[in-house]
Amino acid sequence: MSEENVYLSPNPASAARPIAIDPEKCTGCNLCVNVCPADVFVPNPEAGRVPLVLFVDECWYCGPCVDECPHEGAIRLNYPVMWRVPWKRKETGRHYWLGMKNPPPPNDTPPA
Amino acid sequence: MSWGTWIDLNAGNDAMKWPYPIRYGQEDAVDVDVLVLGGGIAGCWAAISAAEQGAKVAILERGSILGSGAGTGCDHWQWAITDVPGVSLSAEDFTQALVDNHGGYNNGISRYIQARDGYETLLELEEMGGKVRDTEDTFKGAEFRDEQTKLLFAYDYENRIVMRVWGMTFKRALRSRLRRLGVDIHERVALTGLLTERRGEDATAVVGATGLNVRTGAFNVFTAKATVLCAARPQRIWTYSTELAGSCDLRMPGAMGGGYAAAWRAGTEFAMMEKSIPAGLSINPSAPHGSGHPSNTWYPCTIVDANGKEVPWVDRDGHALETFEERCRPAPGQRFFIKGGGQSSLPHQGLRDYQGPRLTNVDTLVEKGEIELPLYADLPSLPAHERRAIFGLMVGQEAKTKHTYANYTHAGFDPDRDMLLSYQQLIGGGGYGTSAEGAKTVLGFPSIRNAHSGTTGGPVVDWNLRTNLEGLYAAGDGMLGGNDHSHAATTGRYAGRRAAWFARQATARSGSREQIEAEKRRVYGPLQRKDGVHWKELLAGINKTMQAYCGAVKSEGLLRMALEAGEDLKHVVDTELAAVNPHDLANALSVVDILTAGIDIIVPACLARRASSAFLHFSRAEYPAMDPPEWQKFVTIRQEDGVVKQGERPLNLGAPFEENYLAHRPAAPIGA
Repeated sequence: MSEENVYLSPNPASAARPIAIDPEKCTGCNLCVNVCPADVFVPNPEAGRVPLVLFVDECWYCGPCVDECPHEGAIRLNYPVMWRVPWKRKETGRHYWLGMKNPPPPNDTPPA
Repeated sequence: MSWGTWIDLNAGNDAMKWPYPIRYGQEDAVDVDVLVLGGGIAGCWAAISAAEQGAKVAILERGSILGSGAGTGCDHWQWAITDVPGVSLSAEDFTQALVDNHGGYNNGISRYIQARDGYETLLELEEMGGKVRDTEDTFKGAEFRDEQTKLLFAYDYENRIVMRVWGMTFKRALRSRLRRLGVDIHERVALTGLLTERRGEDATAVVGATGLNVRTGAFNVFTAKATVLCAARPQRIWTYSTELAGSCDLRMPGAMGGGYAAAWRAGTEFAMMEKSIPAGLSINPSAPHGSGHPSNTWYPCTIVDANGKEVPWVDRDGHALETFEERCRPAPGQRFFIKGGGQSSLPHQGLRDYQGPRLTNVDTLVEKGEIELPLYADLPSLPAHERRAIFGLMVGQEAKTKHTYANYTHAGFDPDRDMLLSYQQLIGGGGYGTSAEGAKTVLGFPSIRNAHSGTTGGPVVDWNLRTNLEGLYAAGDGMLGGNDHSHAATTGRYAGRRAAWFARQATARSGSREQIEAEKRRVYGPLQRKDGVHWKELLAGINKTMQAYCGAVKSEGLLRMALEAGEDLKHVVDTELAAVNPHDLANALSVVDILTAGIDIIVPACLARRASSAFLHFSRAEYPAMDPPEWQKFVTIRQEDGVVKQGERPLNLGAPFEENYLAHRPAAPIGA
């Protein structure tokens, strides 16, 4: 918990944080910036660094930013809390939720 | 990186500067034969077909070609009829059905082009690299597969009027083709207006367009012999909220109807702009199709209640369907049923004739205590091919939902074992009943409406897909009756060709300096004020005005109040609207376009129809009789020197379809 670097800042422009970028994997190539139809990103002024998600409320989760990214897992769509849709496993009747604490293992079947 | 992190890292240094060069007021000029407005599906096809005819083509797109318009994919190619293997219907009969399905309020011209040219267009797309066949034999032996051609079908398996396709391959294929043909692509340029020339007393010709670069703020002047309007339908007129849905609307935020506003200002004639429906889908709490349902993309998924009890299916006559297979067959005595996107959901003969199987009315079953909420989409109970077709193919290829598929399966969702919750019945987002029933449940606010879902109003076109203005063509959602991917593709392809043919014999054009300067003053106006009304505040003001005075029930008095309030909002635009960077400015101009669409087009269209109409979801308090015979017609409006001019067109626009289609085809094809 830092006592320094506390600034005035406005409330976020959106109830969601739709785009998550992993700074370890992102190379700052800006392909996501340039494919985004809504222009929600701006490039980082420092070349090679993570783009800024500036117009966050204009993201509509269309996903070309993820499709265009050359680095697996560097960028993903983060479905907001109000999108955490549940499903029920038929054989057990147990509910699972998108984003739950102890999720079941991923299902690796690709789309048809 | 979040805003807060950014501040932490960079407070006090120069890093807060706008990252692109600022070029306010500087002009970039482009001169071509054919200018295409909008890089969605219709725009890509229009540019490709015009370039294939040898025309020099430019395309203007506010976002990026790959992601804009309908997005990156699609789940089905609907309503292609002519030459489709195994289809015995005629394009003429099918178009008539689509028109009758809407009580006549449809664009028979563009629907016939879709039915007639749809398969030819799909085969061209396949040549470009689009995947349309099950070449891996994933669905070998499925009832919906044609074993010879490996084409897959959806909904009505007997009549095969909708195909299942690999839509995520389409936009990339189109973009490659655009590049190969040397089309001059201008991304990040938002359309601001059309350039016009007066031709005689009451004729106007469109000679190009102006645009704003949303990153640099530069001004683009395009001159062209022919222009094709392929822009989106107006949206966000009654509501704008990121909180309700998690994203602001059903469609891309940049697609707000700027093309409609520009076309209106130039004098284009519109029809059916009084039609709007309760805004169901745009308040869905998840990505479209990210919640289970029994219609459209998820058709014909079994739905079960909280205790695993199946909700029964019925045919159009209310007869219970015993087997799964019956959900993909017409009712006894019915020739075919219409499903896909944009079919009517109103209780009238045209609906009954073509209505497909559906779930029993869930509200009634819940009220009787026969089923218990919530409901689930029971994928595990489906035949394996059907389950894979719905969740693996349709959801997996329908653009945004590709990521729904990825996110859900990554979180462990397994369609072989899991039943996805169905939200619609819980919150009233549509998908179960008719739209009229949905209207009662949509958060209790039927005055929050939209004019962009289903078969909608727009510019009137002729059999060349030309508007009333010389040189201005329209396609896809840029015209009356627009809706869906294959409609956009086929009409874009058709309009692009016609525009190229016209351009061959047209003389060179140039926009007048006076007009360009006036447009520049309008475009850069909001930059005069750093502190003032932001676009979101103005948009909220427009939304509230439309909800209050142009909502579910309309009247002369209320609509006149909308016009008065509109004048006040226009005064805000002229004196208070502020913007601080090119992106902000582009949004501010879009909101001005929304004001034009709402107050200048929709409200006068509502005033012009002095009758209620069930088909148009249109209710006038002082004229309660629904669809009186004398009002069964299109009411058209356009503006000339700021004065609204009314007109009318008969329903059944374009009939007889085949005869007119052939009559308007050139005697010999004009080669490239």
